[in-house]
Amino acid sequence: MEHLVEIDWQKVDEIIEKYNGNREALLMIMQDISDIYNYVPPDVVPVLVDKLGVKESLIYSVATFYKTISLEPRGKYIVNVCTGTACHVRGADKIMDALEEHLHIKEGQTTDDLLFTLQGVRCVGCCASGPVITVNQKTHGGLDRASALGTIKSYE
Amino acid sequence: MTKLENREALKNLRNSLQSKFQDSKKKLISLCAGSGCGAYGTAQVHEKLMAELAEQGLENEVEVKLSGCHGFCEKGPIMVIHPEGIFYPQVQEQHIPEIVEHTVKNGELVKSLIYKDPVTKKKFTHEEDVPFYKLQKRIIFGNNGIIDPTDIRDYFSVGGYAALEKALFDMSPETIIHEVKKSGLRGRGGGGFSTGIKWETCRKHEGERYVICNADEGDPGAYMDRSLLEGNPHSVLEGMIIGALAIGSNEGYVYVRHEYPLAVKNFSMGLESARELGLLGKNILGTGFDFDIFISRGGGAFVCGESTALMASLEGNPGLPRAKYIHTVEKGFRQNPSLLNNVETWANVPVIINNGADWYASIGTEGSKGTKIFSLVGKVMNTGLVEVPMGTSLRTIIFDIGGGILKKKKFKAVQTGGPSGGCIPEKYLDLGIDFDELTKVGSMMGSGGMIVMDQDTCMVDISRYFVEFLKDESCGQCNPCREGLKQMLVVLNMICEGNGREGDIEVLEELGAMMQKFSLCGLGTSAPNPVLSTIRYFRDEYVAHIRDKKCPAGVCKPLFHYEIDPELCTGCTLCAQKCPEEAITGEKKEPHLLDQDKCIKCGICYDVCKFNAVAIR
Repeated sequence: MEHLVEIDWQKVDEIIEKYNGNREALLMIMQDISDIYNYVPPDVVPVLVDKLGVKESLIYSVATFYKTISLEPRGKYIVNVCTGTACHVRGADKIMDALEEHLHIKEGQTTDDLLFTLQGVRCVGCCASGPVITVNQKTHGGLDRASALGTIKSYE
Repeated sequence: MTKLENREALKNLRNSLQSKFQDSKKKLISLCAGSGCGAYGTAQVHEKLMAELAEQGLENEVEVKLSGCHGFCEKGPIMVIHPEGIFYPQVQEQHIPEIVEHTVKNGELVKSLIYKDPVTKKKFTHEEDVPFYKLQKRIIFGNNGIIDPTDIRDYFSVGGYAALEKALFDMSPETIIHEVKKSGLRGRGGGGFSTGIKWETCRKHEGERYVICNADEGDPGAYMDRSLLEGNPHSVLEGMIIGALAIGSNEGYVYVRHEYPLAVKNFSMGLESARELGLLGKNILGTGFDFDIFISRGGGAFVCGESTALMASLEGNPGLPRAKYIHTVEKGFRQNPSLLNNVETWANVPVIINNGADWYASIGTEGSKGTKIFSLVGKVMNTGLVEVPMGTSLRTIIFDIGGGILKKKKFKAVQTGGPSGGCIPEKYLDLGIDFDELTKVGSMMGSGGMIVMDQDTCMVDISRYFVEFLKDESCGQCNPCREGLKQMLVVLNMICEGNGREGDIEVLEELGAMMQKFSLCGLGTSAPNPVLSTIRYFRDEYVAHIRDKKCPAGVCKPLFHYEIDPELCTGCTLCAQKCPEEAITGEKKEPHLLDQDKCIKCGICYDVCKFNAVAIR
């Protein structure tokens, strides 16, 4: 996908400032940038190298190690299907199957219109309300195949 | 709020808030705002409640608190009305007008909302009588339901920061450590190491010491730490300040997993208030002791729950563990002595300081003192967070507190300790929960996840599930873990697809033994546990998959199919209506037929049939 995003450099500077340019906060800085653009635009990487005084290889190392960081564009709605043990035992894989079918993508992929990214996450901590999905910051619990599809449709 | 300059000021604030709370004549409505209830709609209920109270002109007589997690998550959203302690489960917006009119205004119960216990079928109107709570001993979790976690004054009103006062002014670092040692407290994150000894050892090492809270809570199915951080952040904060005092540290960190934004928010607010009052920062309460805490967020890596990986992550690096020839209490964060404890461990500290080591040690067993919070989830009726004394039997937790298995199905196993733990079968249900007892039967306490499984759970599939998870989460540094898990998954996938071979079980056992002995860190050494424990107790299921190409539990799709039993089918047509593939045909009141070619084995017919007429073959 070649979508070039307009980067607000002032916002990026503000984020780095918030953590005092501390290289120990690299992961959190990338996450805050990701909260704005849904991913870390590769154009930001040289700026981080410069302002934090770290090597480019470290940035790629951290970005690829942690699941919450993506260097590729993600959807407007990031759908996380909880596949933790409690949700698994209550049928989370059926929910994942249903969503994969409906959105015509596999786990880990983004729809062509960049509306949804479908991910599996190993536990959001709402185990008693399982099966659970989160759509961005919102949590939806007690789901089955039908209600999970209904939830996704409400965002379309 | 004004800064507290000394002991007097702290004591006065606490005493005045405590009396105000105890003497309050106002009605208090506590609405659970934990993440579980949140997912069931607390926000809407709260909005409606506030509107209704305003409309009825009751805003000044009734206090509404959005409290921390109450623990009875199955029945959320939960509302408790004080001072009576009236308990209403599963409250929705439409119930509000009745509740306000009858209970709030006239002290009468709303009959349709009264809780009915699924086991005894009896009704319980008051929180303290509800069997789920009655059988617990909530010395750590108890305050969650009556405080607003975002208001530090609420923590004071239940006696908060009395332990810090005692530790700061009446105890020395040595006596604090001695008390924690004497209590017998063992780490609640899974390691079960003696907390007091850890503190003592850390203190001995020279350098800039750090106090760290492990709030990564990576075990899927466990959310105790989340609920403590969200629901009573000051209990953890107080513990950490006491710990810092004991070992001589001026800087602390809380490493919270990324998936817990509410915990980050509430804990941040707690830090702000504590700083405002001077409980954190420079010259705390005039003692010359400096200490502050910072929050760091994780990035979705399970391995970062491991101490050395966590510290690598705190330093801004990928979370790669290192071999522990030198322990982190000697060289940890920034190569300095670091005291890392789990959230629940920290929350136990103020309780021990307040009540004394002897009192604490009187609870629990010989080897495991105090209580433990478990997240009781899976195929159990009353899912939620359960705090019981160590030594309580699995049977009590699962059947008496948990209400037994959902839909009256048969208990099969309980998985404890997360991906590092094992599955415990029926024959050990009377085992008293204890660090050492659980290890003896091939599992472990872990952080407290307790996942109940029934007859519909395939133990081979569970084993594969955990290996798949661990393979994704393995950092990849060492051969035994990286290659071992990869190969285990290949074998398990083949078994679940019907391509298992004679000798596969032995391969799994051999790989497991190798990983246990030679992996770099705890992730690798404990990874074989789910596989080995399921082989130990459910070998017959593996044999059925490999030799007979059958999945008796009806989970591994290539190894079973559904059939409608014509003897049991009443022709109610429910399955035909629900089938997403229109694979079921039949006349009303006539036995139905399932077309195997169309069937995708989604399991809906099996779930909805009220006559057990859908068989697994």
